Amino acid sequence: MAYFEGIEMTGGYGNGPNIINSCTVNVNRGEIVSILGPNGAGKSTAMKAMLGLLNLKSGSIKINGKDISNLSPQDRVKEGISFVPQNKNVFAGMTVEENLEMGAFLLNNEIKDIIEEIYELFPILKEKQNQLVGELSGGQRQQVALGRALMIKPTVLMLDEPTAGVSPIVMDELFDHIVKVKRNDVAILMVEQNAKQALSISDRGYVLVTGENRYAGTGNELLNDPRVRSSFLGG
Amino acid sequence: MDILNALILLLNYIFIPALTYGSQLALGAIFVTLIYGILRFANFATGDMMAFGTMVTILFTWYFQSLGISLGVLPTALLAIPFGILFMIIYMLSIDKFVFKYYRVNKSPPVQLAMVSIGVMFVTQAVVRIIIGPSDQRFFDGEKFIIKAREFKEMTGLNEGLALKSTQLITVLVTIVLVSLLFWFLNKTKTGKSMKAYSDNEDLALLSGIDPKKIVMITWIIAGILATIGGALYGLDKSFKPFTYFNNMLPIFAAAIVGGIGNPFGAFLGGYVIAFSEIFLTYAYKKFFIYILPESMEPESLVQLLSTDYKFAVSFSILVIVLLYRPSGIFKGKVL
Amino acid sequence: MRKNLNVIAAYSIMMVLIILVGVFQSWNIALSIFNMCLISAVMTMGANIQWGYAGLINFGIMGYTALGGLAAVLISVDPVQEAWSAGGFDILMCLWLIIALVLIIRFILKNFQKSKVRTYSIAALIISGIILIRFTAEPGIEAIEDINPAKTGFLGGFGLPIIFSWIVGAFFAGGLAFIVGKVALGLRADYLAIATLLISEIVIAIIKHEDWLTRGVKNVIGLKRPAPYEVDLQSTDWFINLVEKFNSGKLEVFSNLSDRQAALNQLVIEGSSIFVKLCYSGLFLIVVIILLILTQKALYSPWGRMMRAIRDNEEAANAMGKNVVKQHLLIFILGSAIVGIAGAMLVTQDGLFTPGSYRPMRYTFLIWVMVIVGGSGNNFGAILGGFAVWFLWIEAAPIALFLINFFTAGMSETHALKLHLIESVPYFRFLMMGLGLLLIMRYRPKGILPEKIEIK
Repeated sequence: MAYFEGIEMTGGYGNGPNIINSCTVNVNRGEIVSILGPNGAGKSTAMKAMLGLLNLKSGSIKINGKDISNLSPQDRVKEGISFVPQNKNVFAGMTVEENLEMGAFLLNNEIKDIIEEIYELFPILKEKQNQLVGELSGGQRQQVALGRALMIKPTVLMLDEPTAGVSPIVMDELFDHIVKVKRNDVAILMVEQNAKQALSISDRGYVLVTGENRYAGTGNELLNDPRVRSSFLGG
Repeated sequence: MDILNALILLLNYIFIPALTYGSQLALGAIFVTLIYGILRFANFATGDMMAFGTMVTILFTWYFQSLGISLGVLPTALLAIPFGILFMIIYMLSIDKFVFKYYRVNKSPPVQLAMVSIGVMFVTQAVVRIIIGPSDQRFFDGEKFIIKAREFKEMTGLNEGLALKSTQLITVLVTIVLVSLLFWFLNKTKTGKSMKAYSDNEDLALLSGIDPKKIVMITWIIAGILATIGGALYGLDKSFKPFTYFNNMLPIFAAAIVGGIGNPFGAFLGGYVIAFSEIFLTYAYKKFFIYILPESMEPESLVQLLSTDYKFAVSFSILVIVLLYRPSGIFKGKVL
Repeated sequence: MRKNLNVIAAYSIMMVLIILVGVFQSWNIALSIFNMCLISAVMTMGANIQWGYAGLINFGIMGYTALGGLAAVLISVDPVQEAWSAGGFDILMCLWLIIALVLIIRFILKNFQKSKVRTYSIAALIISGIILIRFTAEPGIEAIEDINPAKTGFLGGFGLPIIFSWIVGAFFAGGLAFIVGKVALGLRADYLAIATLLISEIVIAIIKHEDWLTRGVKNVIGLKRPAPYEVDLQSTDWFINLVEKFNSGKLEVFSNLSDRQAALNQLVIEGSSIFVKLCYSGLFLIVVIILLILTQKALYSPWGRMMRAIRDNEEAANAMGKNVVKQHLLIFILGSAIVGIAGAMLVTQDGLFTPGSYRPMRYTFLIWVMVIVGGSGNNFGAILGGFAVWFLWIEAAPIALFLINFFTAGMSETHALKLHLIESVPYFRFLMMGLGLLLIMRYRPKGILPEKIEIK
């Protein structure tokens, strides 16, 4: 049994058609798991379902064996699940430090130490701590977004396309940061377009097609699977 | 000596009135901007909500006066304001619960919420007029002047008198205290910062565990405080008439937009920008020039840029110009 | 067909209500309500074109109404010759100055690159222009306003039949809308609402305070009418005969000739005012029907479809090569022009122009309640909204009085609460407007008669 799992999830937005069909995804602590697939395969939807942003018609979500299918997103945050959305993932009108403070909104104890830990992880943020996030570069913003999500010391971190729209160099840097986070015994689940690079740092991966699990395996297995290669990785 | 006279003249007829009027506008403008920034709609019921808070304050003032309670030299209304605030907050929260909440939950477009606020405006107008009537009410008591023009003249030997009404001083002092408290709250406390965060990026605020219900409630509470105090100060300084409050909505909106809507500090400054420009542009400077110019150059006409009839039009023109050339307001910067 | 039944049912109820007023209160009141309903309907159609067809918010309704009213004055009043000879030259000079200023600014805008220098020099030009115009105009204005201030004190108009002003009013309002639209239509919806509201405040401030043009708060009274005067009717034979024939049943009761004559006189006086109102009703009805036909035709034309496409998805329409900005401007002008017609109609009916009575805040919002309640995007809905809301606005006080008496029936006649409530009866109309708007927006957000989606 994995630490954080979505079992046989089926559902869509509102009363619309199902976008994911008995889709199963799980991740353990200290592991990076990527969800891959073509456009419209329901990758982000699967992740949002695990966060509770859409209602499931069937299936369940469990963390550490506890069923959380009926909790609201806010309550799931309290269970230690943190999420970095793809767009608008920072408070652009607030400073770096305020962003981090807001990430720790649910914590009632002293957060100075946690902020220091985040600064150690992302040294650039310490330099810019009093700058408005809206004035930072794209890569730095993504770091703020990661830092904000890490403030509650999550056990599960979900990333929705963390490298969308950043340059290749920044992408490598971000992946390095994600690996560093994983070493702190965090379960990381991410949706990525840059499949090759994502798989190269992932322990495992899922390939979804039309909302269903198609392939699954370790990062290397998927990278070397000819069917996966030909259909999603561009040969 | 003439220079001094000229300065006193400006102080008496431009600076002090503009500062007072500006403070009153500023409080209303922060109210508008908070609602706009957090609840995301232009609240057309602004003026009438202020009238409601003021009305309760007046009723309590009369009640205290009938009991013989007074604050001596200070107006009794100061004692009644907390009760006005309480009723205002209850009124706002129930309006929110029965009216605005539905549209917020359904994520209706801002325009629809603005239309709904027009409904609230009509209802509030009716409530205020049914309870206290549409006519002018005065509820000021206590010492009227701190400095009287005649005494000032005798004291200094100048030709020009300087009058300072107690309501003017109270208005400015209360505004300073209230606004400082508000900015401390917004920028230094966790709740205040979470309001900023909510206004900045609602979805991410929810993901961070910020409770939207609490934010909305606190917003209405602050709005209630600002609306009641702003309204009561205006009523003390001038007089209370529901229709005037309704009309005051326009310069208040102008102040909020000039300051950059959604930005409370901008709204605060915007209030003064509007007040000073209204008074600067419509003041007749004849006397001023008589003091500072040699006799041969004394002006014949009133030396008035615009007649006082256009007082409102001045602020609106400023607003229109700002909207066209800098829709984000002249004090750009941090949101909320 | 079911949809049409809805329309017919709604209008029948409205007509029955007005007839009930006629039976129980008086036909005079019923007809005044009916006429104002027609005028409101025209205004609502104007606002509905902007909001329902194109999604533009125009809170400047009263500004355009006032301009329409101004048109009525300028068209129908006889020119004041002394005023023209006293100050006309100065005023004309100012007009030339304004035109010259605008042309110079246009020239600068066209021929120079955008720069700080250009911006500041234009600002300087405008300010010095205003000062120059003020100095030129002042003696002229004073001279004009000094001429018989109790009666004229203004330039007067062209002395034409007032009916022309309905068209001229449309042009006035359309012209203002062109300027407002040029500068403000790019704004976000709520900013546009506030900007239009404030611009209309400015327009009304000008109309109120430029006495040389409008007599300002001194009002212009005794405008010419397109309908006969009551006094003339009362001494016209055919009219008296008509009233006599109409009321022969009532008159037969009287055996005494002088009693009968007195009763007839009374009836003629009443009848004359009803007859005049009926004339207006006829004129207004013609306008409403013409506008209805035109707007319906427009709604179902390719142009109407394009407007709806723009309203529902501006970006897509833009991408398909539709000039959204131009279409918005056009519809803003058309809608405002219709409001201008209504403004001229209003002054025509009242026979007087009272700038002080244009309260942008209140009546603008009232028109908007009409649009929302009636059903935005549907012309029949807009007209119905105009009728229903104006009816309620006028009849709110009697209804409230009835309700208060009903609910406080147990209280003694001198009970303070009851007396206070009865005294506050006029303000219950605000309550009804507000509650009506809130209820409609909550439970029937598309209005009483929702927009019909064409399926072809």
